[in-house]
Order: sequence, then structure tokens, then C-alpha cells
Amino acid sequence: MENVFNQIQGFIYPNEFELHWSILIVVYPYITGLVAGAFILASLVKVFKVKELQPVYRLAMVTALAFLLVAPLPLLAHLGHPSRSFEIFMTPNTRSAMAMFGFVYAWYLMAVLLLEIWFDYRRDLILWAQKERGLQKQVHRLVSLFSSDVSEPAMRFDRRAVRAITIIGIPSAFLLHGYVGFIFGSVKANPWWSSVLMPIVFLFSAIVSGIALVLLIYMIVTPMRGAQIDMSCLDKLASFLFYAMVVDFSLEILDFVHRIYESEESIDILGQLVSGRLFVSLVVIQLLIGMIVPLAAIVLVKLFRFPAELRRTLYFLSAILVQVGIFSTRWNVVIGGQLFSKSLRGLTTYKMSIMGIEGLASAIVLLLLPVVILSVLLRILPPWPEARNPMETAADATR
Amino acid sequence: MPDVDWNSKLAGLRNRIPEQIKRLVIVLAVVIVAFVPARRLLVPADFGEHGHYRTSALDDAAAMPLVYAGQVVCNDCHDDIVDLKGHGYHVNLSCEICHGAALGHTENPDSIIPPAPRDRGYCPICHEYNESRPTGFPQILSVSHNPLKPCISCHNPHDPVPPETPKECTACHAAIAHSKEASHHVYLECTRCHDAPAEHRVAPREHRPSKPTTREFCGECHARDAESDPDIPRVDLETHGERYVCWQCHYPHNPEAK
Amino acid sequence: MNEPLAPSESNAEVKRYARRDFIKKALFAVAGLLVPQTLVASKELEGAPEWVLADGYKPGEHYWAMGIDTRKCIGCGRCVEACKTENNVPREPFYFRTWVERYRINADGETFVDSPNGAIDGFPDDPTDKNVMRTFFVPKLCNHCDNPPCVQVCPVGATYKSPDGVVLVDQDYCIGCRYCIQACPYGARFLHPVTKTAEKCTFCYHRITKGLLPACVEACPTQARVFGEVRRKASPLQRFLRMNRIGILKPYLNTKPKVFYANLDGEVN
Repeated sequence: MENVFNQIQGFIYPNEFELHWSILIVVYPYITGLVAGAFILASLVKVFKVKELQPVYRLAMVTALAFLLVAPLPLLAHLGHPSRSFEIFMTPNTRSAMAMFGFVYAWYLMAVLLLEIWFDYRRDLILWAQKERGLQKQVHRLVSLFSSDVSEPAMRFDRRAVRAITIIGIPSAFLLHGYVGFIFGSVKANPWWSSVLMPIVFLFSAIVSGIALVLLIYMIVTPMRGAQIDMSCLDKLASFLFYAMVVDFSLEILDFVHRIYESEESIDILGQLVSGRLFVSLVVIQLLIGMIVPLAAIVLVKLFRFPAELRRTLYFLSAILVQVGIFSTRWNVVIGGQLFSKSLRGLTTYKMSIMGIEGLASAIVLLLLPVVILSVLLRILPPWPEARNPMETAADATR
Repeated sequence: MPDVDWNSKLAGLRNRIPEQIKRLVIVLAVVIVAFVPARRLLVPADFGEHGHYRTSALDDAAAMPLVYAGQVVCNDCHDDIVDLKGHGYHVNLSCEICHGAALGHTENPDSIIPPAPRDRGYCPICHEYNESRPTGFPQILSVSHNPLKPCISCHNPHDPVPPETPKECTACHAAIAHSKEASHHVYLECTRCHDAPAEHRVAPREHRPSKPTTREFCGECHARDAESDPDIPRVDLETHGERYVCWQCHYPHNPEAK
Repeated sequence: MNEPLAPSESNAEVKRYARRDFIKKALFAVAGLLVPQTLVASKELEGAPEWVLADGYKPGEHYWAMGIDTRKCIGCGRCVEACKTENNVPREPFYFRTWVERYRINADGETFVDSPNGAIDGFPDDPTDKNVMRTFFVPKLCNHCDNPPCVQVCPVGATYKSPDGVVLVDQDYCIGCRYCIQACPYGARFLHPVTKTAEKCTFCYHRITKGLLPACVEACPTQARVFGEVRRKASPLQRFLRMNRIGILKPYLNTKPKVFYANLDGEVN
């Protein structure tokens, strides 16, 4: 940490030399944001009956599951004593937002995501298992919890259950990512974080990143398996991405204007922070490249009737830029909030290590791991329309 | 009362519960059943008795090892030195500041001897001139104050009266002297404005120097009709800042300061 | 009861199942959220005054606080040295349970603050070329707040306020999440590099429970630091609180700190 010394501007409290929440704590809200966003996208199909998005419903759910499974890992890696992490479940301090993590996560994983996937896939799992043999068969039978009822009443029950769980799931998704925003927004000691808007901004940037992720995955995997991209689905995805981005951008502008207008004690040091240490990551990457450029691209698509090829290219590039922008958003919140001193008199720096459990390599592994898990899940729970078992009754057609 | 067939009612209920629910309830039951003994095993028994924390943690905090003995203990054996110190300027100075943490010495007085700083390096930690130090605190410039001589050759550390009464006010009021040096008032002796009884150098807080009380005092040099050096700036005492005394606006030790 | 359901009845049955299933799930959810509360017994023991530590010390009978007079501090750093020695704090310049800051306010209204290695070796006399209007030293440490934000955010209950008003960390329970370090407005906490748990000033709990003074108070040569009890008729702190204009750090955050500063300049934050 000695090399931090010469990078300090002004005065920082002596204990602030060490930045405590590292890149792993940037990765965590990024991943849970993708989960919440992908789930909200899926809920558009089931609750708001947006038919065009039906081809990506199951893909969104499975993507959410893959990322949710990885979500606790950056936190565990960051703890000083991961072996004591069970204490969050055993003796949670109910006044602490972070203590809610264990329960919100467990609730969301078990009562919402896994349950909804189970109900939605149950019939297909049973019918696949009937036709398969060996390991594949056993895996499907296990995942279906050895159920076997595919009768009409059972199917109606499944459909109702999916709808009910999705309805519960929407506020649960809000809670899953909103509480992360609250963890930051409720810290009165830090003027960069302490804000009523923080949970809302987190949530909407989560929705943006989740929709963009599903869009990306859909565009990558569909040609990989030799199928045709459904352009109406893609256009709809891009539309929802656009609406979400407009709301997210407005919230960020509101926060910015509000801060400058009120001009509280911290405005000087925060101004130095944004125009100095955070200029590239905030103004250039988060705002310009991650928000304005993709917004402009989608606006152009909406205004002019571009051919499908061009639209796909623009959507693809926009989705990638959005991912970079939202990751940068998380960075600017987490790292940015620690780059200035609580004495409001100085700025410090973040020396990110490459190796080590909290290093860049670790973060990259944790970001790639969900992709690996997703590829496994796509085999066990294929979300493709052609993998579905043929419908037996007219009622199934409305699923 | 009509006869209720509970058995078949239950059986009917079981048949009506969807198979999915049965399976999910089993999974949930397993989770809950695993949670309860885990909690009993993993939560410390004394957690939560006095608040949301482990009670014995307070005992752990209180059981940390001592390193400093505290100056009260020194009196038990070294009462002569403590007595001497009690009448001097270092009365509030704990023995262990200069002699280091000495708990070991209280337990083994003969085998563990605390060190005593005898070179010039230690006393300036407190007494080196620093403009942020409060005025009146005795400060020296160690490069010019009897260089090379150990401090204890003139000052008994347990009763550090200076061997000679300081001749210059700057011995204790270095910051004021410093400011005065930057201004034309450097040509004024401190005694020009302040009457300091001789006892002030020995018992500074009991016998304080005087301070001017009237505008006319400054006017002795700065009034229009004063008989002083023509280069001295003059003001009309009748009208210039007439509600105030001069030092309410002008810092007398450095009046040119901006 | 066991007859097969007629087709018209089965729709109603399925509707009832869905509703029942929903209610069941909702009840499970609520029960699940309440489980931690009911299983974790964290009630205040009524007989807190009955609690006795080793050496007969009763936490219920004391309420500790500290006073600091910035007019008396000479910035010698003996307190920082004594604290690190007494509490075995790592010697690197990143870990301090207490430290001293120097403020220099010049005539233009600019303020310069520094704390070289926490002032453990004092301050170099590096006079500025500006005209200094006011300059002074301010010792800082954990304020042992009465409404501590660090205790509020600890997810597991590893940091807590003792009955005698001292905020402590349970080194065997802390999971090292560092939320408390983020929540402290005064920068009083750090992560110990070896134990990987949060650490901070404990008011030398192991000393005050034996009737001794904290190491920093013991070491201060000018009695700039005064230690004692509030809620007592007579204590070294009482005269301090009576005779001085008292200030606290960051009062607008409502942390109710128990380190009281006399002659606190408005530039100190």
C-alpha cells in the first residue's frame, strides 16, 4: 500500500489508506443486477403477456439462474472470514441491510427462481425423461423431483403457479437488487452513496443490464445452434431496453442535477472526484459510451426502417456497450465512493491487484463462471422452442 | 352430531393435494429440519443475552494483556521522585512516557529496568518549536539551544526548571516572536507594551504581564501629533475606528499581516 | 368424499388449489422471514446490572466518555505511540486506533490538514509561506457513539455497544465484511491485516475495567485528553463538561458521539 502515498491529494484520514470494498464488490451488484433484470424481462411475458418475447422467456429464466448461482461467490471471496459466513443466517442483525442478503437471496433462489423454472419445465422434464436413458434420464428425473403427473388439472396448476410466482417474483426481484442499492444508499457517512435514489437507480440499471444480457445471449447462441433469430422478438427486446434506459438515464440526470442544485458540503470534493479520478469511468464510459451512444443507436433504429442485418448489428453493439456502461456504473458507485476522504478534504486511489483473491483475475473468473454454468444449464434445461414437447391440447398452446 | 369419517376425509384431502405441492413440501421440510439443529450447533450459547452480541466477547475484551502500568503504581516504590515531580512543571507527565511501558518492571523490578532517555533526541518531541503549539508552552529551537549538550545536563527531567531564569520572552513565546519578526514591530521590545514582573518567568500563570488598555497607548507612536519616527504610519485618533481599541482590528504582533 | 369429480366441479377445484397454493406460499414466506426473529433470542436481559466481569467489574454501573481540549494538545504524538504499544496495533502507517491531525488555517480562508504517520513521531515544523491565522492540533479516535452507525450495519452482531457505553468488536465473531468501516463517519475503524477482522479503539477496555486509564490518556503530557464517566456526580470528565464550550464531530449525522471536544474549531471535520 506504500505506493498509495504519492497518489494522495489533500488530506485523508489515516485509516482510509486502504480501500476496503474492492472489485469483487463491484462484481456482486453487477451480477445480481443481471439476475433481477433478466427475471423482470421474463415477467413481461408471463404477467404482462408480451407475446413477442415468448422465444426468450425460458432463456431469460435460465440465464438468471446461472448468474444467481454465482452471485454469492464474490462476497464469500471478499470476506475476511468466509468460514464464518453462516453467521449471517444464524444471528442476523435485523437492523442491518447486509444481513438481509442471506434471506433475500435464499428466498429469491428457492421460492422464486427455482420454483418458477420447475413449474414451467416440469412437464417437459417428465416427457424428456420418458424418452431418454442413462445419466440424462436420471438428471431430468431428479430435477423434476420424480414427479410424473402430466394430467390436464396438473398442467393448469402449473400454469397458475407460474403466474402466481412471477407476480410474487417481481417485487422479489426488486427486493433482491433494491436491497443492494439500500446497502449503499443508507450509509449516511458517505455523501456519494447516501441517497434515497440509490436503490431505484440500482434497480433500473439492473433492468437495463438484464435485458441487454438476454439480448446478447439470444443473438450469440441462436446462430450457434443454427436457428433463425426472431426479429420481432429482438425488436421488442430492444424496445424494452430503450424504455428502461430512458428511465435509468433520467434518474441519473435527476441525481446529478439535485446534487449540484443543493450544493451541500460535499459538492467540492465530489466535483473534484468526478472531474478527476472518475472522469473517464463516469463521463466517458458510463454516460457517453454506455448510455448515450446505445440510446442514440436504438432511436435511429426506431426512426428509420433499417434492414434486419443493420438492426441486428446495432442491437448487438448497443447491448455490449450497455454491459460495459452498467459495469462502469457499479464501479463508479462502489469504488468512487471510497476514492474521497470522509474528511471531504482529499482524494486517494485504488490500486487493484491482478492476482490474489480480490484481484482482477479473480473478478474475471467470477464473471466468466456464469457463462460456463449457463452452457451446462442450456443442456439440462434447453430453452429452445424446438426442445419443447409437442403440445397435446389446445390449452397448452396458450402457455 | 353427524358422524364424521376423518380417515376418509384425510385420504380425500391427500388425494386432492397436487403432486407438485407434495414434492415441494418435502423439499421445504428437509430444509427446515436441517436448519434447526444447525442453528443450535453453530450459534454460541451465550449469544443475545444482553444485546445482539456474544456475551463472553466482553470478557475477551477485558482480558487483553496490559502493557503500561500507569503512573499511579510508580508511587509505591519511587515516591521520592514522584514527590519531586509533583511540584514541578512535569507534574502531569506520566513516568512511562519517557521511561517506556513498564508493566514488566512492576512485576520484576530487579531484572527488567526501564530505559531512560539521556540524549538530546527525546525532549524535542514535545519541546521543539512548532507554530501550531499553544502559546506559552515552553519551546526551543534545538539547533541553537545549547547544541550538543544533553538536555538533562541543565534540566532535571523530574523538575525541569530552567537552570537560569529565561532572559528572553522568546523562550516560551516563540510563536509570537516569530510573527513579530515579520513586521516592523520587530524593533519593539516586548517590554515596550507589556510590563512583565520578574515572577512571571518563574510562575507564569500566577503573575501575568500587563497589556495596554487605551487607544492613546498606540497613539504614542501612531497619532498624527506623536513625536516618533516620521516613517511610522499615522492616523487621526479622533476618527479612525473610533468605537474600538486598536488591537480589535490590528494584530499588534504583526500589524502588516493580510 | 372419494367420488371422482364431475367436469364442472374440477374447474372450481383447480381454482381453489391455486388460491390455496398461493396462500400457503405466502404464509411460508412470512413464516420464513420471521423464523430468524423467533429463533434468535436477542432480548435484553433485565438484570444487566447483575452482570459481573472478572475482577468484580460491573458494566452496568459505569458509562464511559472522553473529553479532548484542543487548546492543550501540543501534537507530540505520545498518545499514538502509547496506543500502538498497549494494544499491539500494527506499526504500518495505515492502521490507527487514534491519531492527531494538525490544522492550519491561513488568512485567505484555506485550511490545510495533515497527519504524518498519524503523528506517531510528532509533526515536522514545516512552516508555510502563507500567513497562518489559526493553527492547532486535534486528536481523533473512535467516538464510541451512543447511536453508533457501525453497530447498526454489522450483519452478524460482531460489533456492539456494551452496557458501559463502549463500542467493541468481537474478534472471534467478525466475518470481515467491512461494512462497519464504510459506515463510520470518522474513519476510526480499520481491518487488521493479520486477524482480518475489524478493529478500532476500545477505550482500552482491558484497562478501564481494572480502574486504570486508557493508554492515550495516561500518556498525554498536557492533560489534553480527559477520561471519565458521564451520568456520575463526580468524575474527571464532569469539570470538563461544565467549564468548556463543548463540540462534537459531525453532529448533523446524529451519531451522538461520546468524545467531547472543548474549543473545537469549525474547520474540524
